[in-house]
Amino acid sequence: MSSQQVRDELTIGPPGSQYSMPPAEGPADSSEELTYQYGLEVEARSQWAYARRRFFRHRLALGSLIVILLIFGAGVFANLIAPYSYDQINLNALSAAPSRHHIFGTDSAGRDSFSRVLYGIRTSARVGILVGVLSTLIGTIIGGLAGYYGGWADNLLMRVTDLFLTLPLLAVLLVAAKYLGHSTPTKLALLLAFLIWTQIARIVRGSFLSLREKEYVEAAKAAGAGDLRIMLRHMLPNTVGPIVVSATLTIGTAILLEAVLSFLGFGIQPPTPALGALLNEGQDQGIDKWWLVTFPGIVIVIIVLCINFIGDGLRDALDPTQRRVRA
Amino acid sequence: MLTYIIRRFLYSIPVLIATSFLIFTFVSITGDPLGRLRANPNITAEQIHSIEHDKNLDKPVIVRYGYWIRDAVTKKFGTTLFGSRPIWPDLKRVIGHTLQFILAAIIISLILGVAIGVYSALRQYSVFDYTATTLSFIGFATPVFWLALMLQVLMVQIFLKWHVRIFYTSGLSSSVGAGHGFHFLLDRVQHLALPVIALCALSTATYSRFMRASMLEVLNSDYVRTARAKGLMERRVIMRHAFRNALIPLITVVALDFGGLFAGAIVTETIFTLDGMGYYFVNSLFASDPYPVMAWLMVVATMVILFNLIADILYGVFDPRIRYE
Repeated sequence: MSSQQVRDELTIGPPGSQYSMPPAEGPADSSEELTYQYGLEVEARSQWAYARRRFFRHRLALGSLIVILLIFGAGVFANLIAPYSYDQINLNALSAAPSRHHIFGTDSAGRDSFSRVLYGIRTSARVGILVGVLSTLIGTIIGGLAGYYGGWADNLLMRVTDLFLTLPLLAVLLVAAKYLGHSTPTKLALLLAFLIWTQIARIVRGSFLSLREKEYVEAAKAAGAGDLRIMLRHMLPNTVGPIVVSATLTIGTAILLEAVLSFLGFGIQPPTPALGALLNEGQDQGIDKWWLVTFPGIVIVIIVLCINFIGDGLRDALDPTQRRVRA
Repeated sequence: MLTYIIRRFLYSIPVLIATSFLIFTFVSITGDPLGRLRANPNITAEQIHSIEHDKNLDKPVIVRYGYWIRDAVTKKFGTTLFGSRPIWPDLKRVIGHTLQFILAAIIISLILGVAIGVYSALRQYSVFDYTATTLSFIGFATPVFWLALMLQVLMVQIFLKWHVRIFYTSGLSSSVGAGHGFHFLLDRVQHLALPVIALCALSTATYSRFMRASMLEVLNSDYVRTARAKGLMERRVIMRHAFRNALIPLITVVALDFGGLFAGAIVTETIFTLDGMGYYFVNSLFASDPYPVMAWLMVVATMVILFNLIADILYGVFDPRIRYE
């Protein structure tokens, strides 16, 4: 471990804050090495350092993070990586099975399936991340207000939750997607975000309800802190863990929902390639052309699987009561 | 106990009424059912006005809700907006088909899920446990519709290669030569097998994960230690003391999963073109007809509420710690 790293771990609070240790001087280095070698660990680590260490020790989560970065990266840079454009027609290879030139085969119009999957990843990732960010924002705000004040936010949250307890989410989504109009990825993402924020809101509400009774909140109140300050400075940081975990998992849920909506014909419309829309086209062209429905589906499964593993890793890493570093 | 059941039953009536209002307003405010007619240049504004007047579409939502509830109760959901076809006979037929299908899926995934979960818990960290865990993680990440498509692809490839038909990939029965008695049953099983497998996968994964966790918790509890300490046979400890108690919380999970199975039915029935509720729902949506959609949502909500009621009562029957006063 280098002296720089040791110094980082001695830092309490955010880097550069007034609590940081002064830069270590030359001779201090060797003594730190000594205490470290003799097992006299004196290093103090910040919560984030602990979380980062725990996450990086979680090999499955780390591997999933790398895979997901590769897949999403391939989607983002689809225009550079894809061998063909998503609507380029090759009349010499109509409905061709996978080969050296078209590794995922081609559809009945002679378009390269691999390139279309890459562009599809771009659309689906965009929808997923947008839904993740938006529903986390809505859910945190409404859940926080509901947990802290009760009142209208609590009522709204409970009514929407009731609706989903008696009706399948997919049915509600289909009705909304049908009537509110669909087609563009952004519109679909907005729709999904406005219907699936309740999960995060419920988590934040529960956490705020219990945090409200804590001594340090009482202390902050006694010191004259306003409601907003208590919520943002004292309660929200203690809820960051569950929020980050469920935001991650929401991305996976959103990608699955986008896929099923587009597949049923109520989501993203052709010619925009999205993973679910590709499966819809594949089914329309006859499932004897197995390559058209196999590859986009495998990509969805890998993406969602990785996101779930990352969520698991984050859950373990961000739990401050857990000091044990997972091997 | 009986008073509890009655009170719980009476409580579900206001819930149902509130749900019906939510459904009606939700479907009404999200879209204009006559939008497609308005866009049609061959239909004049007067014609649209007369349709609006006939169907009471020009009234405020709350008044229309009153009309809708009246029709739903007295005329069994009334007729569709376009073509004035009675809704209930169609809906009644598809409900029968879908319940067959969903109940088969629940029973199969319960048996599989409980067996896998219990065995995983008893052999924690064994090869079997790791395999089951991996498979259920893959199950959680697999969209139901894609699994259905892959099953179809597999059967089609087998048929193309070896000309054997194991299961059919669409419909409820063969249109010709479905036969009677045993042959009819076999034909039905051959048709329903793939959709049921597709629908079961996710539920089996959920139930087995839950059962494993529940079983592990019970195995570490004090009364199991007591049972072992007083010298009972391991088999008896597991079957009588652990398994039966671990099973109780599963009731709630199955009840919560029930609504999700209808969502699963929407996609599987559409893919396998089964004449069931899901297929009916998607077709009504495509026709932009709000009334069958509302009727469908109402029927599903009623069934989910009813199923949760049964689950609550069963919970009380099986768990003596719960007292109803």
